[in-house]
Amino acid sequence: MTSAAGQVEDLLRELAPQVLGTMVGRFGQFDACEDAVQEALLAAALHWPGEGVPENPRGWLLQTAGNRLRDQARSEQARRHREERVAREPAAPEAPARDDTLTLLFLCCHPALTPASAIALTLRAVGGLRTAEIARAYLVPEATMAQRISRAKQRIEAAGARFDLPGPETEEWQTRLASVLHVLYLLFSEGYAASAGPWLARADLSDEAIRLTRQVHRMLPRGEVGGLLALMLLTDARRPARTGPAGQLIPLAEQDRSRWDRHLIAEGTAILNQTMGSGRPGQYRLLAAIAALHDRAARAEDTDWPQIQAVYGLLEQVAPSPVVTLNRAVALAMVDGPGAGLALLATLGQPGGTLAGHHRLHAVRAHLYEMAGDVDTALTHYREAAALTTSIPEQRYLVERAARLHSNPPAQ
Amino acid sequence: MPRYLLMVNHDNGVVDTGFSEWTPEEVAAHMSYYDALGRDLAESGEIVQFMGLADPRLARIVRSDGVSAPVVSDGPFPESKEVLAGFQVVDVESEARAVEIAARVSAVPGPGGVPIQQPIEVREVMQESGGDV
Repeated sequence: MTSAAGQVEDLLRELAPQVLGTMVGRFGQFDACEDAVQEALLAAALHWPGEGVPENPRGWLLQTAGNRLRDQARSEQARRHREERVAREPAAPEAPARDDTLTLLFLCCHPALTPASAIALTLRAVGGLRTAEIARAYLVPEATMAQRISRAKQRIEAAGARFDLPGPETEEWQTRLASVLHVLYLLFSEGYAASAGPWLARADLSDEAIRLTRQVHRMLPRGEVGGLLALMLLTDARRPARTGPAGQLIPLAEQDRSRWDRHLIAEGTAILNQTMGSGRPGQYRLLAAIAALHDRAARAEDTDWPQIQAVYGLLEQVAPSPVVTLNRAVALAMVDGPGAGLALLATLGQPGGTLAGHHRLHAVRAHLYEMAGDVDTALTHYREAAALTTSIPEQRYLVERAARLHSNPPAQ
Repeated sequence: MPRYLLMVNHDNGVVDTGFSEWTPEEVAAHMSYYDALGRDLAESGEIVQFMGLADPRLARIVRSDGVSAPVVSDGPFPESKEVLAGFQVVDVESEARAVEIAARVSAVPGPGGVPIQQPIEVREVMQESGGDV
């Protein structure tokens, strides 16, 4: 790609959600507007690199998309009605000053959608990715992804969602923001977890999540948004070290920390520090604080486990879940020994408990029994965890870990 | 081109030990053999799907008469060798080529680098298109 084409692509991805947001705000009809904007973007991608970027690129896109929408309306049954609405609308030589990206994002992450649908729609409408690219990242046929996106748009319209933001700081606004952050976090996690193995294309998903979260943070530089951005940066900083040459997972304690990205750690830490003092920290700020504590340790043995254990304790109060308790048990074991961690786990693994028979519970028990020198029990749990996980990289890690312990048991 | 489904069951061939009793090097050799096979078939443009299935203990059997609530039970029996463990779908020139790929799957190395000789079932897939009748 020439650098002119690359610059145009960056500009278009920045402008795409703004233009779509303005169009939907003006005309409604999410589905039709999106098609029109896609056509305008395509026209720009074809013409701008050779002919130069127009003076007012956003106005150009709005004008072109508006024309396409009018063309579409002409060819449809309801044309008279729509033409009137479009005709009443003045052409848009000047782009409106308001950036509608945030409104569009709130719409795409509407709580009426399942997270999977919201992610697909967000990537397409806000991220400006092509349906084929999203389909490739999620390993489904393009027609399936196109249908998922289309159903999501219909669902939003059926839910009667309007293209405006609820009043700032109202309860509904908080709920909707939480939904946006949740979708962005899931998107990041999918990309991060899949950055091992042959599915490298999926690692782009975490880059995309970071790019979108940066946009939200620019517009809403508030506590939990900053917390989420910091969490992503502080986690992503470890990506170069978390897999080996064959794509195998490397646990935190064994990673080559010289390969961590210092710039991302510095940036994430700075953003996290800025959020401190703006109210009681929520789950993203607490998770970011834990990531920062790990990133700060020059060697695994320098990790401030008492502090990490304490932050997990806060997290248990703010956003209690069995997974949080599982993680606290690991931290507790590092502070007070494996026995203390195993005792805490006993509460989770009771028959009927949420995590009874869950592979992650077996994996943590295996580690703690290994720490305690109980090789046989550790092996049993490693085997159970390996059998029950549905993640191929995790299974490989657990199998290799068990094989290592079986071949070289520690001297008693 | 014809398509074939290559199926492998929970049948460990000539090997009677589980992964965790192999050495880490033997496990790694086993895994990288599959990786190389997957890469080769991706490069030759013959692979359609390559999937391992999760443990049979996570499986459910569903029966429904279309009216009342479906009956969901656990199963199949996890110790059985007759349970599907994974499959590939390949799109190849001929049955001979499908058999050649199945042979590579079967010869995956186990302890001591010895091929484990898992039985691979090769099934041709029905086509959507039809000729003149």
